[in-house]
Amino acid sequence: MDYLVNVAIVISIQAIAACGLNVIVGYAGQISLGHAAFFGIGAYASAMLTTKAGLTFWGALPLVLLIAAILGFLLGLPSLRVKEDFLAITTIGINFIVEAVFLYTPFFGKALGIGGIPRIYVFGQRLNNQMLLGLCLFFLALTLLICWRFTRTWAGLSCFAVRENETAASSMGISPVRAKLSAFVIGTVFAGLAGALYAHYVRFISAGDFGFPVSISMMSMVVLGGMGTLWGPLLGAVILGILPEVFRPLIDYRMFLYSLLLLLMIRFQPGGLLGEHSFVRTAFRGLTGKEKGGVAGV
Amino acid sequence: MLLDVSDLSVAYKGVSALHSVSLQVQEGELVSVIGANGAGKTTLLKAIVGWEPAASGAISFAGDEVTRMRTHLRARRGIRIVPERARVFTHMTVYENLMMGVYGLQNEVQVGERLDRLYDLFPILKERGSQLASTLSGGEQQQLSIARACISKPKLLLVDEVSMGLMPRLVDQVFELLQTLNREEGLTILLVEQNALASLKISHRAYVLETGDIVLDGDAKELLADPRVREAYLGV
Repeated sequence: MDYLVNVAIVISIQAIAACGLNVIVGYAGQISLGHAAFFGIGAYASAMLTTKAGLTFWGALPLVLLIAAILGFLLGLPSLRVKEDFLAITTIGINFIVEAVFLYTPFFGKALGIGGIPRIYVFGQRLNNQMLLGLCLFFLALTLLICWRFTRTWAGLSCFAVRENETAASSMGISPVRAKLSAFVIGTVFAGLAGALYAHYVRFISAGDFGFPVSISMMSMVVLGGMGTLWGPLLGAVILGILPEVFRPLIDYRMFLYSLLLLLMIRFQPGGLLGEHSFVRTAFRGLTGKEKGGVAGV
Repeated sequence: MLLDVSDLSVAYKGVSALHSVSLQVQEGELVSVIGANGAGKTTLLKAIVGWEPAASGAISFAGDEVTRMRTHLRARRGIRIVPERARVFTHMTVYENLMMGVYGLQNEVQVGERLDRLYDLFPILKERGSQLASTLSGGEQQQLSIARACISKPKLLLVDEVSMGLMPRLVDQVFELLQTLNREEGLTILLVEQNALASLKISHRAYVLETGDIVLDGDAKELLADPRVREAYLGV
């Protein structure tokens, strides 16, 4: 039972981060292969604020989100000036730099990482794992709600327009830079939130937890579930979270399997499992006879 | 003077595409620029809209210089374009496409009223409102692109090769629509076309562009009768 709870906590935390990545990659169409950097920034920020500054999780959380937003903005600003493959490389670079900062500066505990991160309290009650799972699910629901709302705002629509055709969008009064940056900042804030939850769940973090492979696995979740769909990242996180548990003996081949899955998806179902023309959605349509269209219809 | 382009030059990687082009459009006019493929017509519109930087010269719009202004800010001031091949947002519904046309102006534009007006002109867009734009035919996408550009009541509408890839019957229809928008709504239009005959017929004035230079300009009717134009562009 406790084992299942632990798996579920990890899945819901990763789903929050994946939802954030989906805003950047799926909604605004900007590839990011450095999402784990912002996951790490959230985790380290919360860890430092609670262990060194003596704040509680809740006292630190607004600051953590603010730090994630500011760093997302500052790192997004130069990155989003480049496109596609260059953007991919730039974001990979950001991931390695952030990881290196955590690994080599004494302030962040170098290779020893940060331990003794306190548990989360709610109304004076120390959360056990079941309760922590409840809290993670609460934040996951909140994340999904915000993502859904975002698709119905002008900012959200302008992101979709930029994803489809940046040039045409600009001729409609949409600032491509602003649309991309807003998506980037929203995405990094969710990564920061996920990072904070992660830090207080494992209670010991080190730079290796936020390396490039983590970014890849987040990207795999988004691609597998369906870029630009609301539920896709969650589905991807659930599948990729359960698979390694089921196939424990194959744990050493995890990255290989992720990459293989990523390639197969891009080749045969680029829209993901919940994408527009996916077999899942087609089957679902056949069952319900319902036809939905448009970006806000996902 | 609504649009004043003076001595505008544009170059792609050092290769000059427009040389010192000057052109004016008055409020309420329908002006066309005709010329062969590669004459620089699209480049001219790209520079006016801000997609291509000007190498030299100046563009002023409604009295303000906009030469170095970014595209979305020019759009906010009322310059809208119907780009080549429509460029609708294919993964968005027809209605969502139209709504993108009033982005940032939703409080200034009477959206409901404008939609009614445009649905009168383009009934197909109302019918297909909830369909993805990718399901529209080429002609319908062109109509959507025009409607999307017009919904904000722009001061100046730029139209790039609207006849390209359309069946002849549709070409007439689209040109008729542009004429209606100009005569009835008072929309100022700058039209760039390879189809010289159709565009000259509905225009007040016209410019002839040849490999980056304006070689001729004047009243559209006079140009229709001009032997040089007749020979080179009307095929008579």
